Amino acid sequence: MRITQLLTTAALALGLATAAVAQDKTKVGFIYVGPIGDGGWTYEHDKGRLAVEEHFGDAVETVYQESVPEGADAERAITQMALQGADLIFTTSFGFMEPTLAVAAKFPNVKFEHATGYKTAPNVSTYSARFYEGRAVQGHIAGRMTKSNIIGYIASFPIPEVIRGINAAYIHAKKVNPDVEFKIIWAFTWFDPAKEADAATALIDQGADVILQHTDSTAPQAAAEKAGNVITFGQASDMSEYAPLPRVSSIIDNWAPYYIARTQAVIDGTWESTETWDGIGPGMVGIGEISDAVPADVKEEALALKNAIAQGAYHPFTGPLKKQDGSDWLATGEVADDGTLLGMNFYVEGITGQIPN
Amino acid sequence: MVFGSIDPTLLLASLMVAATPILFAALGELVVERAGVLNLGVEGMMITGAICGFAVAVNTGSPLVGFVAAAAGGAVLALLFALLTQYALANQVASGLALTLFGLGLSALLGQGYVGIKPPRTPKLDIPLLSDIPFFGRVLFSHDLMVYLGLALVVAVWAMLKYTRAGLILRAVGENHEAAHALGYKVVRIRVLAILFGGACAGLGGAYISLIRVPQWTEGMTAGAGWIALALVVFASWKAGRVLLGAWLFGGVTVLQLNLQAAGLAIPVEYLSMSPYLITILVLVIMARDKSRAPASLGRSFHASQ
Repeated sequence: MRITQLLTTAALALGLATAAVAQDKTKVGFIYVGPIGDGGWTYEHDKGRLAVEEHFGDAVETVYQESVPEGADAERAITQMALQGADLIFTTSFGFMEPTLAVAAKFPNVKFEHATGYKTAPNVSTYSARFYEGRAVQGHIAGRMTKSNIIGYIASFPIPEVIRGINAAYIHAKKVNPDVEFKIIWAFTWFDPAKEADAATALIDQGADVILQHTDSTAPQAAAEKAGNVITFGQASDMSEYAPLPRVSSIIDNWAPYYIARTQAVIDGTWESTETWDGIGPGMVGIGEISDAVPADVKEEALALKNAIAQGAYHPFTGPLKKQDGSDWLATGEVADDGTLLGMNFYVEGITGQIPN
Repeated sequence: MVFGSIDPTLLLASLMVAATPILFAALGELVVERAGVLNLGVEGMMITGAICGFAVAVNTGSPLVGFVAAAAGGAVLALLFALLTQYALANQVASGLALTLFGLGLSALLGQGYVGIKPPRTPKLDIPLLSDIPFFGRVLFSHDLMVYLGLALVVAVWAMLKYTRAGLILRAVGENHEAAHALGYKVVRIRVLAILFGGACAGLGGAYISLIRVPQWTEGMTAGAGWIALALVVFASWKAGRVLLGAWLFGGVTVLQLNLQAAGLAIPVEYLSMSPYLITILVLVIMARDKSRAPASLGRSFHASQ
């Protein structure tokens, strides 16, 4: 009798305790487009998630779903996460924009954060990093280092973010090397290592000795290393395992501070729908260690460029700039406004080829 | 010239490389389906082979041992499928899908310590004299061993199915397992062997991606190649020669479209991107207008008592 009583009390206490904990804990969900081990984009978002766990300890519980395809299935995955009781959900790919908004409308009490998009709602914020600032630094190094004057660019989907990156890299490569030519391949995927490697190989076969990538895996790095005499840049993550060659530098996404701040806002009840777009200055975009394969003077110039951008002294899209069709875009000294940049759907003058629709 | 900066020699050489993973996987699945078993777990077996081969190659320093391990890894996963479907008589479609999910998860677990590591380089087999022939030397005679093994396997599977007694028995089991059983053939044993062969082939295909084509380990790196291989078997009407053609077409058009893009050809990229799928399906469907059809017992469970 006594033992039964004891057990009942214990069970009751335990039940109450779990219930209390469950109520206290803030649940933060993450929807990833690739696997967390991709070594690039998703890997960095997951590092941000782990930073949230470490920062808040037991006060926060995180859940994630990886390799969620962009499209109809994303809506199911996000809905499921909301039904599981997530208080805050980060959807970390451009293609999750519409599904995020659709689910957000059904769950007004859940907060949503969509990466790299441009549509918000009362419970949907957007956040992104000014990757183009890093692309400018890359373009500078690429233009100075190429010997064949052919730079290969593996693009993913024809969305403003990717086009901005191509333009920023091209402008700064052209500035230091007027003979430079960009060859662009649209892979139509964020993550497909075999295809990314094939794309890199195709570009190298056609004379490119610099490969820039806007896809998520490290496969182009491996392909460049296999080919030899080709330089690359880490994308989204440092990819330092391929340093000092072929990877000579990188753009690193640092999401951790943002994720921690937003989780804190949910805990405090101060969360509001916002549009965040930070660059090198606030630290959301980092430039990875420039390796010794880069000549000292080029490295110095690149770092100077980086500092100028970080301090706001220089904007990568500063006139005079023309669009691809030859029409004027920015007058001398004029700086592109964020609206144009966010919706960018044109190449700057000098890039050949057309943007797919 | 339209082909501006594209070098046809390099293009054809990369075609052979791009086609090899799906060729291996599709050949294995072809044998499995000819034995009357539908294994939808090709993707899972490929990715398991990719990590097994990668891990062993890194640890032993020998790509060859890696490929052997990849075949073994794929076969072990296939054994699981064989136990489920041949002995427990589980539904083949469901078991196959489960195998893919399991393989993807297992490979991610096994591969945790291998991200960012470089595998030992697989030597190219430069065949003396032959590889010096202009054009053909580079296209045909300066690949790694696995490319030739894949081609040899096409011939072997074709000859086995068409000319040997073993091939006849395998086909009999796939067409009508009751009749084969009545004749005294061990239906389940033959099917298990076919499934193991299919798993080993898929494993080799996966390891080709992780050890040679990319070469690195990344989670989920087969990215749907297993599904392409599955579709290829159907569109190739369960014939080895057509699987080779299909793999070359698919690999070739994939590589070609990337090269055309890089060369700045004025064809909209959307059409180029879908072209590998369209062209492969179109050609194989046109070829399949003869009377070829699926093995009659495909996907049906067999138990001697029924």
